[in-house]
Amino acid sequence: MGLKAFSRLFCLAAAMLVSGVALAEYRLNLKPANTALGEAVYDLHTLVMIIITVIFVGVFGFMFYSIFKHRKSAGHEAAHFHENTTVEIVWTVVPVFILIGLAWPATKTLLEMRDTSAPDMTIKVTGYQWKWGYEYLDDDVKFYSALATPRDQIEGNAEKGENYLLEVDKPLVVPVGKKVRILTTANDVLHAWYVPELAVKQDAIPGFIRDTWFRAEETGTFRGQCAELCGKEHGFMPIVVNVVSENDYKIWVAEQKSGTGAAAYDPAKTYTVAELSSAGESVYGTHCVACHQPGGNGMPPTFPALTGGKITTGPIANHLDIVLNGSKKNPMMAAFGSQLSDMEIAAVITYERNALGNSVGDSLQPGEVAAARN
Amino acid sequence: MEAVHEHDHSHDRPSGIMRWVTTTNHKDIGTMYLWFSFTMFMVGGVMALIIRSELFQPGLQIVQPEFFNQMTTLHGLIMVFGAIMPAFVGFANWQIPMMIGAPDMAFPRMNNWSFWLLPPAGSLLILSMFVPGGSAGVGWTMYAPLTIQQGMGMDLVIFAVHILGMSSIMGSINIVTTILNMRAPGMTMMKMPLFVWTWLITAYLLIAAMPVLAGAVTMTLTDRHFGTHFFNAAGGGDPVLFQHIFWFFGHPEVYIIAIPAFGVVSQVIPAFARKPLFGYASMVYATASIAILSFLVWAHHMYTVGMPVEAQLYYMFATMLIAVPTGVKVFNWVATMWKGSMTFETPMLFAIGFLFLFTLGGFTGLVLALTPVDVQLHDTYYVVAHFHYVMVAGALFSAFAGVYYWLPKWIGKMYDETLGKWHFWLSIIFFNVTFFVQHFLGLAGMPRRIPDYSLQFADFNMISSIGAFGFGLSQLLFLYILIKAIRSGEKAPEKPWDGADTLEWTHLPTPAPYHSFETPPTVK
Repeated sequence: MGLKAFSRLFCLAAAMLVSGVALAEYRLNLKPANTALGEAVYDLHTLVMIIITVIFVGVFGFMFYSIFKHRKSAGHEAAHFHENTTVEIVWTVVPVFILIGLAWPATKTLLEMRDTSAPDMTIKVTGYQWKWGYEYLDDDVKFYSALATPRDQIEGNAEKGENYLLEVDKPLVVPVGKKVRILTTANDVLHAWYVPELAVKQDAIPGFIRDTWFRAEETGTFRGQCAELCGKEHGFMPIVVNVVSENDYKIWVAEQKSGTGAAAYDPAKTYTVAELSSAGESVYGTHCVACHQPGGNGMPPTFPALTGGKITTGPIANHLDIVLNGSKKNPMMAAFGSQLSDMEIAAVITYERNALGNSVGDSLQPGEVAAARN
Repeated sequence: MEAVHEHDHSHDRPSGIMRWVTTTNHKDIGTMYLWFSFTMFMVGGVMALIIRSELFQPGLQIVQPEFFNQMTTLHGLIMVFGAIMPAFVGFANWQIPMMIGAPDMAFPRMNNWSFWLLPPAGSLLILSMFVPGGSAGVGWTMYAPLTIQQGMGMDLVIFAVHILGMSSIMGSINIVTTILNMRAPGMTMMKMPLFVWTWLITAYLLIAAMPVLAGAVTMTLTDRHFGTHFFNAAGGGDPVLFQHIFWFFGHPEVYIIAIPAFGVVSQVIPAFARKPLFGYASMVYATASIAILSFLVWAHHMYTVGMPVEAQLYYMFATMLIAVPTGVKVFNWVATMWKGSMTFETPMLFAIGFLFLFTLGGFTGLVLALTPVDVQLHDTYYVVAHFHYVMVAGALFSAFAGVYYWLPKWIGKMYDETLGKWHFWLSIIFFNVTFFVQHFLGLAGMPRRIPDYSLQFADFNMISSIGAFGFGLSQLLFLYILIKAIRSGEKAPEKPWDGADTLEWTHLPTPAPYHSFETPPTVK
């Protein structure tokens, strides 16, 4: 072994370097930031990388020199020195100064990162299993944002799209150049709101509000993911932020206010099973499909089947109760009363009883949901 | 100076399985710890390969997300509590009495009990996969309130952690008592081999940290079943409280694993450099400082929970400070090698591998200590890469070094040196193929604990998975080397390593007799 082994190691290292050049199109560093703060983080990371590289080369330069020169097979006799107070003080004190040099810029960046004062606008972000709820506190806009990648792509039955797993049905829209304060909380378990290019990661904690902020410098689409394990669909709750011009943002807000859509209903009208079911299908697709599955087969025992299920084919009052208030027996079944409108609940319950292999034939009117809430 | 007894008590002990069930001999118990650890290492390794198979390419191919989460959870718990910790307790059992000139551990019967708690705990962890709903899919950190949603698998995991904690605490009390009371005449504290020092410090860490973990999981249990709300805001509790308690245990736990590894390396490097350890005293002080600091930095695992900025600053500064004693240790090891007369048998190779890669893991630790950078990298693959450099290339490589170093003393036979070197080179190459690329994944923003990922991460994940299979298969070679040595190894010379100068090499024959140092040696 000996020398031959080490020359082999160096050949390998060289091969890795060469392939590193070939891998140039791959991302080997933090993504370029779209915020001034993100650039500061990027620079801080570069600084610490330079420092550790220099120390690494120095220390292991000594070690490898020693390995080559001070070996028995090279006839080197062992010296017997040990302990040297001067050397030991130097290698204790010098690192302290290096660390102080690092702590200074880190402290500056951190203080800036945590300064959420004087925002231009505030958005409350709520983590749900497994989607995000966004509420624009200044503009009175509120919606949910869930994974838009089709199940077929995940299961390998269709070709994966460009933004596989990083696409949502309704992205967050924010104006460029404005200080956006993000308040995070969660409805069920911990989540974390993470968008790398905006240099933002903040845990979302049920029962508590935390905050962070960003100020995007350029328009564009920025994608991130939930970063805190939140159950089985943790890998499937992406975040998409569209940064648009201030004018486009105003137009977008106006659009959101005019088209309240599914939430509105006519109290005088009696909806038919077909009307409710067709509206319910999309609600099911956003809120129910992750656990109860596209065909309604669920994943027993944790996520029961809706097809032929006791609740979905039993008395409708029980069905309404479990959707509104959640299950007392199974903590995985969340209470959807606060998340969905009367119309959405009526629609999805009717859908579940008359699709997914069920044909109970009854329906629920939005007015009945409203009555059950009181 | 020969302290060995002619009269061997081996005829007093039962044979067959009852020998192992009833044994109070530190060598037997050490052997059982080591085999248990290796078994768990294989089980946890298979789980790692299931994880890496699923991550070989984008999409869900092999397992469902909830099973994937169970695999990440059990892989972590089994490797930390079932593989690495028992391995070093195994070393402690074999080596501490021999290295301080004691006949056995202070409490031999408790020693037996400490070991025999492990198989039931390991079985509970494995059994949890087969109960309705499967095991806990919460990560080894078991953060509330996700733990509340789990099935009965979670309860089995909690009980397993309780039992493992009891075993560790008893083992630690035994080690502290042995070291403080049973050293041979003349062996002052500052003459103890560094491995003994590191275990003394580790045992105190365990006694302080394990009850905290027991408290955290007990609160989880009562929140789940008995209506308490420790971690539920709706009942006046706080989910973040769990994280504080967990990491108050969890950070010392990192050093519980690393410090005995430092101890092994501090024996091996001087032995193969044929030169005394540079700065023995400063090594002892550095180890003690690391141990104390380890209780003061826990919330650096929680930079994104929204602590006050003052707290973040404190944790950042305190964490950076750990680099100083850690640096002292690395400099000491390199200075020990400097101007030595080195040979590179397998133990030395693994020790150098440890030194090189553990330091790399330490450097990425410094990167992660910087709060603004950590906010970007927290809960990404960068962290996964970082702690595998410390846990695998650190603790595991050091354990390999220890096994190869002491195996001749334990069984009186040599391992196959050529195969040992193969084991080293395969391990270190595949380790880096597996984990080095994970730094890039983390920098690009791939979260940890996800069963599927976007296309930008595909290539590095594939490389990492290939490396993982290479690393896993290389460990079968280790098993083969062990079996070959035990069955048909060449007879070991009395002192196979020139520079080894601790009592087990200088005062005991090879292999070490079943009972050693019934009369203590005198240390000058």
